[in-house]
Amino acid sequence: MKTICFYFQIHQPFRLKRYRFFNIGRDHYYFDDYANEDILQQIAARSFMPANRMLLDLVNQYQGKFKVAFSISGMALEQLEIYAPEVIDGFRELSKTGHVEFLTETYAHSLSSLFDPEEFRNQVKHHAERIEVLFGQKPTVVRNTELIYNDDIAELVYDMGYTKMITEGAKHVLGWKSPNYVYQAASQPKLKLLLKNSRFSDDITYRFSNYSWNEYPLTAEKFISWIAATPPEEKVFNLFMNYETLGNIQPSHTGIFEFIKALPRFAFEQEIGFSTPGEAMENHEPVGAISVPNSISWSDEERDVSAWLGNKLQQSALKSLYKVGERVRLCTDRRLKHDWLYLQTSDHFYYMSTKHFGGGQSPFSPYMSPYDAFNNYMNVLSDFIARVEAQYPDTVDNEELNALLTTIHNQEKEIKRLQMELKTVIGTNEKQLVEKVKK
Amino acid sequence: MKALMFGWEFPPHILGGLGTASYGLTRGMAQQPDMETIFVIPKPWGDEDQSFARIVGANTTPIVWRDIPWEMARSRLEKFMDPREYYWRRDNIYADFSYMHTNDLGCIEFSGRYPSNILEETNNYSIVAGVIARTYEFDVIHAHDWLTYPAGLHAKSVSGKPMVIHVHATEFDRSRGKPNPIVYNIEKDGMDNCDHIICVSDLTRRTVIENYHQPYWKVTTVHNAVDPLSPEIEAIERISGVQEKVVTFLGRITMQKGPEFFVDAATQVIRKTDHIRFVMAGSGDMMDQMIRLVAERGIAHKFHFTGFLRGKQVYEMLKSSDVYVMPSVSEPFGISPLEAMQCNVPSIISYQSGCSEILQNVIKTDYWDVDAMADAIYSICTYPAMAEHLKEEGKIEVDNIKWEDAGLKVRKIYDNLVGGR
Repeated sequence: MKTICFYFQIHQPFRLKRYRFFNIGRDHYYFDDYANEDILQQIAARSFMPANRMLLDLVNQYQGKFKVAFSISGMALEQLEIYAPEVIDGFRELSKTGHVEFLTETYAHSLSSLFDPEEFRNQVKHHAERIEVLFGQKPTVVRNTELIYNDDIAELVYDMGYTKMITEGAKHVLGWKSPNYVYQAASQPKLKLLLKNSRFSDDITYRFSNYSWNEYPLTAEKFISWIAATPPEEKVFNLFMNYETLGNIQPSHTGIFEFIKALPRFAFEQEIGFSTPGEAMENHEPVGAISVPNSISWSDEERDVSAWLGNKLQQSALKSLYKVGERVRLCTDRRLKHDWLYLQTSDHFYYMSTKHFGGGQSPFSPYMSPYDAFNNYMNVLSDFIARVEAQYPDTVDNEELNALLTTIHNQEKEIKRLQMELKTVIGTNEKQLVEKVKK
Repeated sequence: MKALMFGWEFPPHILGGLGTASYGLTRGMAQQPDMETIFVIPKPWGDEDQSFARIVGANTTPIVWRDIPWEMARSRLEKFMDPREYYWRRDNIYADFSYMHTNDLGCIEFSGRYPSNILEETNNYSIVAGVIARTYEFDVIHAHDWLTYPAGLHAKSVSGKPMVIHVHATEFDRSRGKPNPIVYNIEKDGMDNCDHIICVSDLTRRTVIENYHQPYWKVTTVHNAVDPLSPEIEAIERISGVQEKVVTFLGRITMQKGPEFFVDAATQVIRKTDHIRFVMAGSGDMMDQMIRLVAERGIAHKFHFTGFLRGKQVYEMLKSSDVYVMPSVSEPFGISPLEAMQCNVPSIISYQSGCSEILQNVIKTDYWDVDAMADAIYSICTYPAMAEHLKEEGKIEVDNIKWEDAGLKVRKIYDNLVGGR
C-alpha cells in the first residue's frame, strides 16, 4: 500500500534590530521585538491557527488514519510561547491524539552541522528535550536545518543514537533513482533516510495557485491520481513543506485548506494511506544507499548550500561566529548563551545572499540589501564577541581555560564536601558537649 | 544613420561630467557599423580624438562672408579640420550677421566654458547651428543639455529632421529645487519642441515628467556607462603614507553633492574609532564652510582637504582610498562611483543619485541618513570580507556597464524617429 508522508516545517528567526557601530559596547540587546511579534502574530493568524484546527479535525475525523509530522525550530517555539501561546496549545492537542509526530532539529535552526559538530550535538539534544517537555514525546527522527545533508552529517547523527533522518531528494544526487523509497546513508548504512519528493511537494507549495501552470487548478482528486499512477513498487511519498504553505504562502482564498481537507478522502478511495516519517522508516526496508559528498539542502534550484555560504560575506560572518563557539560553551552567562543561539540562525546568513541580485533582494529579507544585512550582523557579532572575551581573559587559550575551570569546579566541590564534614564534626561535638553537661 | 550632435565640452578639455558622457556615448555608438556622427562643440582645441566622430567647431564656422585666401584658411584651420570645409560652410551663410562681433574669418569667438555671459554664448551657438545644419547632411539631431537646446531647435527648424535631447542634468538638480527661471524656460522650450527626450536615470526622467510637464511616452531612460581604464591609469599604484584606512569624498564641494553629510558621518566615525582617516578632494563654493565645520567639530587631525585635483591626480586619489563616498543630494547620474569601482574601491552612494538605479555591488544610503553612512564606512574599514566582496564583485559589475549598450538603446530611439516619418 502506498503511503503519503506529510511533514511541515515551522521556523521564524529572531530578526535583528538596526544595530549601528556606535552601539557596539553600549547596547547588548540585539533583536527587533516589534517586527518579530508583528510577523509571528500575522502568520499565526493566517496560517498556524486555522491549519492546526483543520489538521486536528482531520485526525479526529479519520480516527488516526490521517497523520502528519512537524518540525518546529527552537527559535519558533520560543517566539510562539511569547507571542502566540495558543498555537503551542494547538500542537499539544495534536500531539495528544497520538497520530502526530514531532521531529528534532538544531535548536537554533543553525548551520552548525557544517561548522561545529559539538554545537550541532548540543543543539539537537537541547531541541529534543524541549520537544519532550512541551509535547510529551521523544523525537526519533532528525531533520537538519533546511534539510542540509552530507555523508559526514549522517555519521554525526547516527553517532548521537538516531537511526532515522530526512533530507532533500536532490536530482543531482538521486540521478535515475526515485525519491519514493526509503534509503540508507552510504557512510552509515544503519541510518535510514527519507527523501523529499520535490515535484509533488512543490506542486502544493509553489504551483498550487499559479494560473499559468498547465495543471491549474490543482484538485485533491487530480493530485491523488498522480500518486496512484506511479509504479506500484514506489511506496512512500514524502511531502515536505513549510507549514506557512497552508494559509500564508498559499492564502486561504486559493482554496488550499479545502484541498488538504479533501486529500484523505480521495487517498483512501485509491487505497493510499498516511504515515509519519518515523513510521514510514520503521515499516520499510531501505532499497539502496545514497552517497552525498557535497552538502545538499532544499533551497533554490541548485539544492545546495550556496544560499547561506555562496559569497565571501556569508563565509566570513559564519567563520567569525563559529570561531568563538568553544569559548562560549565554557561560559555560564545565561544571556550570553541565549544570544549565541539566536545569532546562529541560518536566516541571518540567507539575508546576505547576493544570488538574488536582479530579482530584487532576498525574499523575506528585512534588509534593503545583502550589504546592509552583513553590516548589521557584523556589528552585532562584534559586540557579542567582545562580551564573550570579557568573560575570561583572552590570554588564556581554550584548553588551559577548560583545565582551570575544571580545577575551580572540583575545588568548589571539595570545599563543599569539607564544609559538610566540618558541620557534622561540629554537630557531633556539640551533641557530646550537651550530653556531658546533662550528666 | 547620420547624427548631428550638439555638445558643449569634449575630452580632453572637460570641466564636468557632461563632456565625458557625451564622448562615451558617441564612441559607443561608433561601434555600430552604419553610424556616423558629426559632433559640434563651441571651441575645439585641435587635440580631440576624431577617429570616431567628425568634430565641428562653432568658432570655425563663419556667419559673415569674408574673402579668405586658401593659404590663410589652411594655416589657421588645418589643425582643426579640412580647410575646404570652411568654404563649404561659408556657402551656407543664411542671413546678414555683419552687425555681430566676429573675427577676421567671419566667425564668432566662443569660450567653450561656463562664463557669466553664458546666455549670450548659447544664443550665438544657435546662430552658428543654422549654418552647420545647412552645410551637412544628417538624419537626426541630438542635443546634450540645455546649453545646446536652442542650437538643436534651430537645426531642426532649418532641416526638418527629428530632434532628440539628452538630459544629463536639470536646473532642479543644480539648484536643489530653486531653478533659475531663464534656464528653466530654455529647458522647457527644448523639451516641448523636440521629438524625444533621453534621460540619464529614472530619477531625472521623473523630474522631466513632473517638473517640465512632459508626456511620459516621450521620455526614455538610457543610463550612462563608463569607459574602461587606460593601461596608464591601471598602472597607478597606491600612494598613502598613513596606516589608517582612507575614506574619500571626491567632487565639487557644492550644495548638490552634500559635502556636509560627509563631514557629519566622519565626525561620528572619528569619535568612535582611530583607524580611519577622511579626505575631501575637490573644490567648490562650500569648501571654506566645510573647513570651518571640520575645525568646529574638532576632527581636523583626521580630516584632510586636497583642493582641486585634475587628470591623473583624480585616479591617484582614488587608488589610495579604501572607501569612496558620494552623498549627493540630487545627482542625475553620477559617474564617479563607477570610476571608483574600476579602481577597486568600494563605494557608498546615496539613493538620490541616478547611478544607484543600476549599481548592485555598492552600499546605498539616503544622503541625510548620516548614521547609516557612518555605519557603512565603519563596516568596510573594519570587516575585510565586506571590502573584499565589494571590490571584486564591484569590478566585475562595472566592467559590464558599457557605452556600446547605451549606444544601442539610443540607436533604437533614432530608428523609431526616422522610420516613423
